[in-house]
Amino acid sequence: MSLTDEQVRNLELKAIEIRKDIIKMLLSAGSGHSAGPLGMADVFCALYFSGVLNWDPVDPWKPDRDRVILSNGHICPVWYATLAHTGAFSHRELLTLRKLGSPLQGHPHYRELPGVENTGGPLGQGLSQAVGQALAARMDEARWRVYCLMSDAEEQEGQTWEAVMFAGNNNLFNLTAIVDRNNIQIDGYTEEVMPLEPLADKWRAFNWTVLEADGHNIREVAEALEKAKTIRENPTVVIAHTIPGKGVEFMEGDFAWHGKPPKPEEGAKALKQLRTLWGNIKSEHE
Amino acid sequence: MLNKSLSLSLFSNPELVATRDGYGQGLLELGEKDERVVVLTGDLKESTRAEGFFRKYPHRSIECGVAEQNMAGIAAGLAAAGKIPFVSSYAVFSPGRSWDQVRVSVAYSNLPVKIAGAHTGVSVGPDGATHQALEDITIMRVLPNMTVVVPCDAIETRKATVALASLTGPGYMRFAREKTPIITTADTPFEIGRAEIFWDSTLNSKFKNQNSNQIQSSNSRNQVVIIGCGPLVYESLIAAKELHEEGIGTMVVNNHTVKPMDEKTIVDAAKRCGAVVTVEEHQVMGGMGSAVSEVLAKNFPVPMEFVGMPDSFGESGEPKELLEKYGMDVASIKKAVKKVLSRK
Repeated sequence: MSLTDEQVRNLELKAIEIRKDIIKMLLSAGSGHSAGPLGMADVFCALYFSGVLNWDPVDPWKPDRDRVILSNGHICPVWYATLAHTGAFSHRELLTLRKLGSPLQGHPHYRELPGVENTGGPLGQGLSQAVGQALAARMDEARWRVYCLMSDAEEQEGQTWEAVMFAGNNNLFNLTAIVDRNNIQIDGYTEEVMPLEPLADKWRAFNWTVLEADGHNIREVAEALEKAKTIRENPTVVIAHTIPGKGVEFMEGDFAWHGKPPKPEEGAKALKQLRTLWGNIKSEHE
Repeated sequence: MLNKSLSLSLFSNPELVATRDGYGQGLLELGEKDERVVVLTGDLKESTRAEGFFRKYPHRSIECGVAEQNMAGIAAGLAAAGKIPFVSSYAVFSPGRSWDQVRVSVAYSNLPVKIAGAHTGVSVGPDGATHQALEDITIMRVLPNMTVVVPCDAIETRKATVALASLTGPGYMRFAREKTPIITTADTPFEIGRAEIFWDSTLNSKFKNQNSNQIQSSNSRNQVVIIGCGPLVYESLIAAKELHEEGIGTMVVNNHTVKPMDEKTIVDAAKRCGAVVTVEEHQVMGGMGSAVSEVLAKNFPVPMEFVGMPDSFGESGEPKELLEKYGMDVASIKKAVKKVLSRK
């Protein structure tokens, strides 16, 4: 499978739509995380819309579906927005994020929405759940795969390495981890708070195949995920190098945006940048 | 007065079997009848008695190494994919160390993960305080969706293991290291969420004393209900028998399901007796007795005494010595009964 240039362009536009949804959701909620969700919009597009994933929003729980686990649950606005773009549920629901009675919980809750395969939030728990799913598939000799999206800073949690060790030792080749290497966490830059490098070497030491990709190059991410399917010796981690806050200039690369939403005027400015493709086109909304 | 379905040799020469052996048997039974059952362990398959299952069903057995947090998460993933995982370790590690994972990955998702906590109570003995789980009931019963079962002997543990597998949600079960008396038989009823009356002084009089007239009159009404769980139900029954011989009537309730609690049986017993003693090999704070007091404070408050660990860590020693030192032996139960009587 290879994406045509036109397909890539369409996915890039979709990622911008998802970023706009994220800003609107955060404005409506008045709380939540900005940098991570914006930074991962391209990776989510590559996963859900490039043909990598065997998942049908019309029949979201069919037994042979691929599973997607979101370990760093705080970036769920990007997951919810992506799932809404698949048609799994109504787009209007996105604005109920974090509101009483909404299935769009502040951190994802197992099966609350079609496609939400895990409860996630307290960091470091997702990969273990993904390992359990991958083990179950192997016991049943089933062909479905498990994708676990994770943050970089959650690899400071010991549990992450327990799961990495288990998956590596058990050659769980039906498991692909995707690490959002955006270099930030709440208190600062990862390499200042608690350095993770050499990150790729750490995963390799635990018997994983490591692929690296530009997390804003949808073709590159999609190709890495496709390649992971062909590796039969061990699990694969795709380290996706991303820019936190990608797409909104005043958020990009700034760890201060890790855990806060935009204020209304900041949100308007962000939406304007996204609508006009950073001033390159006119938008009727301005 | 002793429930007729219980072991006949209970007071004379009880057979001694560790509750964890009942777990091992229950797993083998489940392995045979339910393909979905899988067993995980964190480097403790022999000691938790999961080994038999590991040998017979290697394809459904998962060795996680010394990594209880990961083990809880793997179990959640397996359950989400349709398996019924039994997580076997010591309670101090699982759910002790993995509590956050159990809370988030298992309980909040309401997944059918069953956690088997071995080596609970001071009767773990020589290993000392680090390995004596005394908080597990508290930290498990506080989790929404979680069922908490504390079987009284190996036979009940086997039944509880099998029964837990058919629960649609998560469950926790605790057992002990030492061999303890067999109290029940295959015929003793067991249902999760239903407490059983194991002793009732007002019924029949098998244990006649010399001054039978006096005894009969004072026993005509139960004066105290002893509500126990786990192997200390045996000590509760011995205390009840001895108290009966001293002219004090009691009921003994085997309250094996701490959550959801059989409120009706507990409240009815409190109404009949008017005073309660709870007995458990666990911290008094937040344990089974606390759960009973929550039920009674709301429905029918009566004087209560709590036999259990008195806000203290254990230490190395022989099980018998430790139960005596920390006030969970027969003498302590009798003392608590007399104390609660004085408060009536």
